[in-house]
Amino acid sequence: MPATQEKKEVAKEHPSGDPRFKMIDRALKRCHYQQDSLIEVLHTAQETFGYLTEDLLIYVAQQLKLPPSWVYGVATFYHFFSMKPQGEHTCVVCLGTACYVKRAGEVVNLIKAEFSLEPGKTTADGQLSLVTARCVGSCGLAPVVVLDGTIVGKETPEQSLERVKKLVKSGSGSEAKLQEAKTS
Amino acid sequence: MNRPELQAMAEQELERQKKFRCRVMCCTSTACVSSGANSLYETLKPKLEKLKEDVEFVPTGCMGLCGRGPLMTVQLQGQEPVIYENVTPELALEILDKHILAHKPTPIKDKVLPNDWPFFTKQTRVVLANSGAVDPERLEDYVSRGGYSALAHALREMTPRDVCHELIDSGLRGRGGAGFPTGLKWNMVRKAAGDRKYVVANGDEGDPGAYMDRTLMESDPHRVLEGMAIAGYAVGAEQGYVYVRGEYPLAIKRLEKAIRAAERKGLLGSRVMESGFNFRIDIRIGAGAFVCGEETALMASIMGKRGQPVIRPPYPAESGLWGCPTLINNVETYGNITPIINQGAAWYSQIGTAKSKGTKIFALTGNVINSGLIEVPMGITLREIVFDIGGGMVPGRTYKAAQTGGPSGGCIPTEHLDTPVDYESLKALGSMMGSGGLIVMDNTTCMPNIAKFFMEFCMDESCGKCVPCRVGTMQMHRLLEHITNGSATEDDLKRLEELCLLVRDTSLCGLGNSSPNPILSTLRYFRHEYEAHIREHKCLAGECNITEVPVLELAEIKHKTVEVS
Repeated sequence: MPATQEKKEVAKEHPSGDPRFKMIDRALKRCHYQQDSLIEVLHTAQETFGYLTEDLLIYVAQQLKLPPSWVYGVATFYHFFSMKPQGEHTCVVCLGTACYVKRAGEVVNLIKAEFSLEPGKTTADGQLSLVTARCVGSCGLAPVVVLDGTIVGKETPEQSLERVKKLVKSGSGSEAKLQEAKTS
Repeated sequence: MNRPELQAMAEQELERQKKFRCRVMCCTSTACVSSGANSLYETLKPKLEKLKEDVEFVPTGCMGLCGRGPLMTVQLQGQEPVIYENVTPELALEILDKHILAHKPTPIKDKVLPNDWPFFTKQTRVVLANSGAVDPERLEDYVSRGGYSALAHALREMTPRDVCHELIDSGLRGRGGAGFPTGLKWNMVRKAAGDRKYVVANGDEGDPGAYMDRTLMESDPHRVLEGMAIAGYAVGAEQGYVYVRGEYPLAIKRLEKAIRAAERKGLLGSRVMESGFNFRIDIRIGAGAFVCGEETALMASIMGKRGQPVIRPPYPAESGLWGCPTLINNVETYGNITPIINQGAAWYSQIGTAKSKGTKIFALTGNVINSGLIEVPMGITLREIVFDIGGGMVPGRTYKAAQTGGPSGGCIPTEHLDTPVDYESLKALGSMMGSGGLIVMDNTTCMPNIAKFFMEFCMDESCGKCVPCRVGTMQMHRLLEHITNGSATEDDLKRLEELCLLVRDTSLCGLGNSSPNPILSTLRYFRHEYEAHIREHKCLAGECNITEVPVLELAEIKHKTVEVS
């Protein structure tokens, strides 16, 4: 079976046999294992895994022949890299100046109160992550909320809350679909 | 590709465009896409397929009025272009029927933006000339509007020294905020000793409320690349980097596409335009650190390190990336290069004021009616920007201040509305040009609260390397928190002022040096608001939530101490 063959091949490269490490290997190869390309590799790692685990950082450090402390230092310095798993859905509220002047703070407060969720955290059931951003560059549409990568602009706090609620409700649906896809 | 081939390509493309009776241009920048621009094409597609020879649908870059998107321009051959605002799929179909296909084209009046509107007439579009008119993903479109002819001209008819001197004569200054003369910087790198040199475009636009670089990279990526290639030729570099924020996926995608297209045609890469000049451009993606907009931190980030600034000198012009001389300019600065080379320094230096030449792109946002991206000649007054171009305030509200320069800048109140906008005048007012965010605030905005907002930003973004910035921003934020919740004393205000000066004078890099600016400038013009918070526990704008009456708290403490003693 081709699937098992692939697994064996991967096993040579990474003991966990996780096929996702292949993506990282590809990125490493693309930048010729140059130490300067650490940030590019971490970008790929986060895209593939969703967040950066310690194992992942150690793996990258070994491959690039960098001290693990160096890799950890870089990964924790940049806001873009997350060391914690993200929720099923992400709600990013822009808190750039233009959005702030147009009351984006209230959007955050409302969502915070509804889901009893602090910015930067994920709900206990792993459904929703609330993130605040420093300007997503769509200031003409202030206040702006990014829901699972889609930018929604000119929001009132109530509208945003409704959208987030809908998103979370749809969550179970998409999960069911995922389950379906896995079983089929 | 050599020069005649480039010309042939331009002519061919113009010929192709002429064939269409009508060109429909739809903005596909991030702002319009989020208001539903993509659905317009989906709606029109089946109808347009039948009209392949007749009508062309062109996805373009930003047209400027981002607050009223999606925007669509209908250009019937031989007629003035008509711009529609807030285009929904239904409206798009109506436009197709009544305006584009009808025998007697009748624009749908109430959705048309008038061509003689101050929003358009007060602008001078030099850098954004192609933005909204060309398809950013097609090289031919850019070439048809004179693209890469400046590079061809420079390579054939100018020496690197000529290019630098042309820039010095033009009076162009860095558009990243500080306003260092660009020509001088190029000349310094050109003269610097070293076999390997680098050219870097700073597209790490971290200022909240600014999106000029993003729009330029999304709407006209080839212009940035051409500017960088000319820079490479002028300073003797063979490698360039564009450093783009990770938050700008569309800009990254379009730049990648543009680089590939230019390399395929021999406009970048080895032996550019069949000359002896080689120039490669790579993209580096930022990872969300504001401090990386500082040049030494940005270079550290390109080299895969933590983005922490280092002490200058040595300046990047002497020792930058991997210790080699490095030219680093803002994306918008590179956008100014092609018009200067094409039309000459004399033409360029006519625009603007005595010390600030050319135009500046601003992201006009906040509580104005027309928010969007504008390009104005230097020296225009703030009043013209806010009230003519911006259309003034929302009814019932009054102008309070305009904030320029982001977290490093300051506020400009009503009494200074007639100041010309240039590097020196803004500095004299305690603000700065900055990268170009211009946020208008009305009477419902509380100034101490805005200062707190910026301080929170600086506190989060401080890289932590030097103590004044790391600790100082935190303490300033704490004091501002006390002021806005009504529990501060007069002493706190005094301490805040002292701390501002200390942090300004002793921090390592620009982030720390300029972080007190929002406080100092609001204190300068709106001191009474701070005092109202402290003395009367009142927020004049009605924004701060002062619920507890802290005086009681103080009295209680006093009471207790009395008991103890």
